[in-house]
Amino acid sequence: MTNASQNRSRSGPRTSSGGFSVAKLLLEGRAFLALIVIIVVFSMLSPYYFSLGNFLTMASHVAIFGILAVGMLLVILNGGIDLSVGSTLGLSGVVAGFLMQGVQLQMLGVVLFPPVWVVVVLVCALGALVGLVNGVLIAWLKVPAFVATLGMLYVVRGAALLMTNGLTYNDLGGKPELGNTGFDWLGFNRLFGIPVGVLVMMVIAIIGSIILNRTAFGRWLYASGGNERAAELSGVPVKKVQVSVYMLSGICASVAGLILSSELTSAGPTAGNSYELTAIAAVVIGGAALTGGRGNIRGTLVGAFVIGFLSDGLVIIGVSAYWQTVFTGAVIVLAVLLNAIQYRRRVKLPGSTDGPSTSPQQGGKAQTAAPAHEKIAG
Amino acid sequence: MNAAPQFEPAPADTVLAARNIVKSYGGTHALKGVNFDIRRGEVTTLFGENGAGKSTLMKILSGVETPTSGSIELDGRPVAFSSTVDARNRGISIIHQELSLAPNLSVRDNIFMGRELRGATGLDFAEEARQTRLLMADLEEDIDPMTLVQDLRLGQQQIVEIARALSVDSRILIMDEPTSALSATEVEVLFRVIRDLTARGVSIVYISHHLEEALQITDHAVVLRDGAITATANAKNIDLEWIVRNMVGENFDLGSPPTGYAFGEVALSIDELSIADVSGSDRLVVDRLSLEVRAGEIVCIYGLMGAGRTELLESVAGRLPMTGGRVLLEGKDISRLSIAERIDRGLVLVPEDRQRDGLVQTMSVGANLSLASIGAFVKGMMLSRSRERSLIDGTIRDVRVKTAGGGAPIGSLSGGNQQKVVIGKMLTTNPKVMLLDEPSRGIDVGAKAEVFRLIGERAAQGLAVVFSTSEVAECLSIAHRIIVMRRGRISAQFSADVTKEQIMAASGEAVLV
Repeated sequence: MTNASQNRSRSGPRTSSGGFSVAKLLLEGRAFLALIVIIVVFSMLSPYYFSLGNFLTMASHVAIFGILAVGMLLVILNGGIDLSVGSTLGLSGVVAGFLMQGVQLQMLGVVLFPPVWVVVVLVCALGALVGLVNGVLIAWLKVPAFVATLGMLYVVRGAALLMTNGLTYNDLGGKPELGNTGFDWLGFNRLFGIPVGVLVMMVIAIIGSIILNRTAFGRWLYASGGNERAAELSGVPVKKVQVSVYMLSGICASVAGLILSSELTSAGPTAGNSYELTAIAAVVIGGAALTGGRGNIRGTLVGAFVIGFLSDGLVIIGVSAYWQTVFTGAVIVLAVLLNAIQYRRRVKLPGSTDGPSTSPQQGGKAQTAAPAHEKIAG
Repeated sequence: MNAAPQFEPAPADTVLAARNIVKSYGGTHALKGVNFDIRRGEVTTLFGENGAGKSTLMKILSGVETPTSGSIELDGRPVAFSSTVDARNRGISIIHQELSLAPNLSVRDNIFMGRELRGATGLDFAEEARQTRLLMADLEEDIDPMTLVQDLRLGQQQIVEIARALSVDSRILIMDEPTSALSATEVEVLFRVIRDLTARGVSIVYISHHLEEALQITDHAVVLRDGAITATANAKNIDLEWIVRNMVGENFDLGSPPTGYAFGEVALSIDELSIADVSGSDRLVVDRLSLEVRAGEIVCIYGLMGAGRTELLESVAGRLPMTGGRVLLEGKDISRLSIAERIDRGLVLVPEDRQRDGLVQTMSVGANLSLASIGAFVKGMMLSRSRERSLIDGTIRDVRVKTAGGGAPIGSLSGGNQQKVVIGKMLTTNPKVMLLDEPSRGIDVGAKAEVFRLIGERAAQGLAVVFSTSEVAECLSIAHRIIVMRRGRISAQFSADVTKEQIMAASGEAVLV
């Protein structure tokens, strides 16, 4: 068989196994399916659930986790884990609050009130710095990712508590005469009827998707997550990639922190407690493998929506908070179980040597796209 | 030549008979219908090159793997082993080529792992220790039962592995390369133990690369080549030459050195390169080795396991730190450069283990092929999909990968085609020097020939090639020059007209212990 003829006959064998394909489709699209089921069920249980207003409200709750989850996805694709994002989120809010109250420069005897855009840039830089510490610990000093980021979880949370002595900054509005108003824009305003937080999440998701699918960095990320040794021998700067993903994750956490404190118009040092776990759950429900190399932005966003729409739905129909926790946990375990089934099946799949294989992404344009399974992100 | 396979019905003294065993991994056929008998109270030796299927056959007989098809008869009754424990309960145990000990546990705990002796209060450690001491005395090895395995040297670990197999009263004992790390005296002791065992009616299957050593102990020889049995004979009637002839085969042509051009300048120059042993001993894995390779030249490095071939190539590629010496690429010192920088300057490595070091299993064929040369199709910040596609399609055509297309999962390819992907990936970077560590490992003869033809073509275009192998026949294929490595040093250099026997003698393979 020549290669050319194989290329043309590529879509051949897929049509012959219709029933198998349906099962496969259900498995591949399970997170999306779960989302639809959640929406249908809650719409039947409550008249308030199925309305544009409620969807937008729920979406702005999802935005915080969605942004964290995109950053977490990059880390997990690399085969790592970032437990420090919840704390980074909290510290970011506190630092933003601190800057909004004005910075006293004792030596000069003046109080600086930085404009909001400066606050945003400084806070994002802070998130990147936390990520840099994580990345250097993991890539260069060989501390396991779990331990390094667990340590940072405590250190960063402690820093936030120290800064405020455990108290909360309440007044984040700024004053017109000081030129630092507009912080609430992130959390309260809407563009084209959509909350700004949701738009920020969408922008971050699109940027993330472009990075993963269309840049060399994205390809390096998938490669070093899939097989670090092979990537290194192919000339991929695996350490730089590793440090970068933790920095990007830290920046995502800072953005989420800014949005959350803007929504609440207050910044407490305990904000974002255990959010890292929700973010990990969203990534896992979205079909990413914790071993690295597999996953995409689209799935992760759907995962975040599944968690958000489920827990808000339970609130709306009046289920107790304790039961919400149980349901969320069950969904996560189910998701991982299905992941295991999917990836096990995929390992067994390659049977034939040179016949066209039955890869799910076999069709036409998947040809050049990098990791065939991950390419339809965004 | 008795190359014709002889498949007579199993004689009465046959303990175990394997019939028509086929084993396939994906598209690779490791065993192609093998008939193998183990005779009661005799030593049956299995000869064959790397990748001939010896270890696979032994794994099937000991329950580690199940055959794709075929049957096994034990004492004339058909059996199917569900696990190693199952096989062990039926009296079959195996000493694996790779040590399967837990380094963090003591010798005693390793020997009784999985079948601990129960006592009145928990485990009977005293009895375990006593039996361990008896076993060690039997093997004339002074090892305390409480020593941690990680504190033993490799040869002693091998002794522990052997002791563990002996501690189960097996009727059939399979030894896969039991002597690779043993000293000459230890081998003598092992041979005495084997004689004791056969005298008691235990049947032994013996596998070794040290041909003469194996010839000493064997009663019955079976030769395996490319997954099929090519010859069987009684030890009385055979000699070393017979084994080599049947192992290597005369007829398959793996190509000849490309000719019709003059070599260029020195492309790669290795100058007094040394590499320390990672396990911390004083020994150098590669010991002040120097080598020059010219553009267009193909150099083959032959050596036994542990000769330092892999370490040498990995160190030149930048993966393994060197402890002394220099590496020059076209006259420029590249010793301090990273792997990526060396690839940029034109030095690439095709690693030995393509699953572990060569391929990213989670990515498609195309993404694997383009991984090393992403820079060639970046436009601005973005990857150009059309450029990448033409690069991938071009490489698939160039290196003749049989695939459904660039989007196919890498796992859908056969071993040979996966190897071509790894080679193709590095060729797309337009290297000046290509190192290939055992490029033919685990691929069948047809694919082997194709890989060598590919390398030959590139050399004729000016690529300097260094490849390593542990199969003599491959040295005599496309290499212009053959280097034999032994204990980290070059023990001999030959031109292409050398004989197999000369190469094997220089490697220490055929030397009597």
